[in-house]
Amino acid sequence: MRYNETSPLEQMIISYRFDLPNSASIDTYLANDGYIAIKKVLELTPEAIIEELKVSSLRGRGGAGFPTGMKWSFVPRNTGKPSYIICNSDESEPATCKDRLLMENDPHQLIEGMMIAGWTVKAVKGYIFIRGEYRYLIDIVDRAIAEAYERGYLGKNILGSGWDFDLYTHTGAGAYECGEETALLESLEGKRGVPRLKPPFPAVAGAFQSPTILNNCETFSAVPWIFRNSGAAFAALGTPKNGGTRLMCVSGHVNKPGVYELPMGFNMLRLINEVAGGVRNGKKLKAVIPGGSSAPVLKADECDIPYDFDGVAKMKSMAGSGGLVVLDEDTDIVAVALRTIKFYAHESCGWCIPCREGTTWLKKILSRFHDGLGQQSDIDLIAELANNMLGRTFCALGDAAAMPTAAFVAKFRDEFEAYLKKSRVTQPSPELVAV
Amino acid sequence: MTFSPELETRFAKLLQSYPPGRQRSAVVPMLLYGQDEIGSVTQELVEEVAHRCGVTPLQVDEVIGYYSMLHRKPLGKYHVQVCTNIACQAVGAEELWEHACERLQLGNKQVSPDGLISLEEVECMGACSWAPAIQINYDFHHKVTPERFDNLIQALQDGTYSRRAS
Repeated sequence: MRYNETSPLEQMIISYRFDLPNSASIDTYLANDGYIAIKKVLELTPEAIIEELKVSSLRGRGGAGFPTGMKWSFVPRNTGKPSYIICNSDESEPATCKDRLLMENDPHQLIEGMMIAGWTVKAVKGYIFIRGEYRYLIDIVDRAIAEAYERGYLGKNILGSGWDFDLYTHTGAGAYECGEETALLESLEGKRGVPRLKPPFPAVAGAFQSPTILNNCETFSAVPWIFRNSGAAFAALGTPKNGGTRLMCVSGHVNKPGVYELPMGFNMLRLINEVAGGVRNGKKLKAVIPGGSSAPVLKADECDIPYDFDGVAKMKSMAGSGGLVVLDEDTDIVAVALRTIKFYAHESCGWCIPCREGTTWLKKILSRFHDGLGQQSDIDLIAELANNMLGRTFCALGDAAAMPTAAFVAKFRDEFEAYLKKSRVTQPSPELVAV
Repeated sequence: MTFSPELETRFAKLLQSYPPGRQRSAVVPMLLYGQDEIGSVTQELVEEVAHRCGVTPLQVDEVIGYYSMLHRKPLGKYHVQVCTNIACQAVGAEELWEHACERLQLGNKQVSPDGLISLEEVECMGACSWAPAIQINYDFHHKVTPERFDNLIQALQDGTYSRRAS
């Protein structure tokens, strides 16, 4: 089911089955364009499949926005090793709640997308890595997988092609870090979810050290539409280099928070004001966190932009995972910055020192700042610390913690200064203490 | 160690899901599913999972501290998880969290004396557009006000709570 009303401005190409009765069942799927794409794809060569994906300008919906066709092209074929397809449904980026809907309402679309990837590299097995908190979705996806086996879409000699492909769900157990692709692979192998050094990239040495296609749930879910229609048609829906539509998760201070499917490049202000009903209680917009909590905050006057990977990147932020937190004029930015860094400090796996120590240190400074014990020098210290974490860790978690923190300070320095004025500091500032 | 027939079926399926020689992959799922049935990750469970996956108990032990959903001590029969991350924070989750502590007279990760309810402040659970959200065991509850929270807790205490009413 959906948890919010749809908007007339939506353009549904991957969420249009959500409202059908029994939308998760294979019968509903088959009656509504289901498993048509895989039949077409079974006639195509890997090169043709990858070319079509490149034409579609589909980019990874997990956060990085890497071109999917290119990612698939990096997977070596005929290495003698088995290859694997992994779906990242670990959806843990704060403000993101779209994969949940895709698995709950249309699991067969995801399965078909993974099958297309599987056929491209003649993979033997696929795993859908679902975060542990989504237990009910594991049951739904397991049921869908069982249905697909019964009808011959999974298993041996799929649709007479001679190709065998098995698909399984795999549960996480509570770790944001496992959304990072190499940490996910470690977790899949039964270890602590600590990221691997890249290269080698998962395309070459991924699951079980074998060639692997690893994509986000929404990315795989968009693939069947592309092959039912065409890459060019998908590209035409969006903006140059940002093909198709995207499930945009709007949360925070809006009248109609919800997940809406809109074309890439949809204006962000229109998304907030027209689709999500505008800022609630007649308040003014202060800021938007545009792509999950890792994305640097945008001030209200920076929000009149096309919402796609390049449009948000131009503002030195990122569209990331597609989660937008809308903040009104009354929002305490210091409190948001503190809650954000608390999250990263909790989730840092501790493998890389700049991240492990940096997030904890930032949390301590922001905590005392928020408690009214901040000092003038803390403001620059926060920025300096954050900048020293950037690019110094195995995976992007360190950057994901540093970037938004630096942006909060840079863009809302006045609010941090205002906190100082109501500061209750009673001990001398460190600069004044003789060492 | 024996489990319910359903869980045994699940374990058997899990162990066949991974490539030959890669049964270690089943460690985390088996710990989580096992915990759901017996209440916590006990030393006995660790040894059983190690035995079935063909790894040492130490290799099982070392992952437990990493995953926040794995617990060595039993949680309450109902584990109430309140998200306070930014999307929920924006719409009153911190107030809801304080209300929850007050209502239940519990702090973070504490269990009520009768073992019925445990409380935890959790990170984003993927209900951001329908915030503030809580989970009771694996059931999502969206747009939870303090009043709705009280009603849910009352239902837990009265034994009238029914699953999946989001």
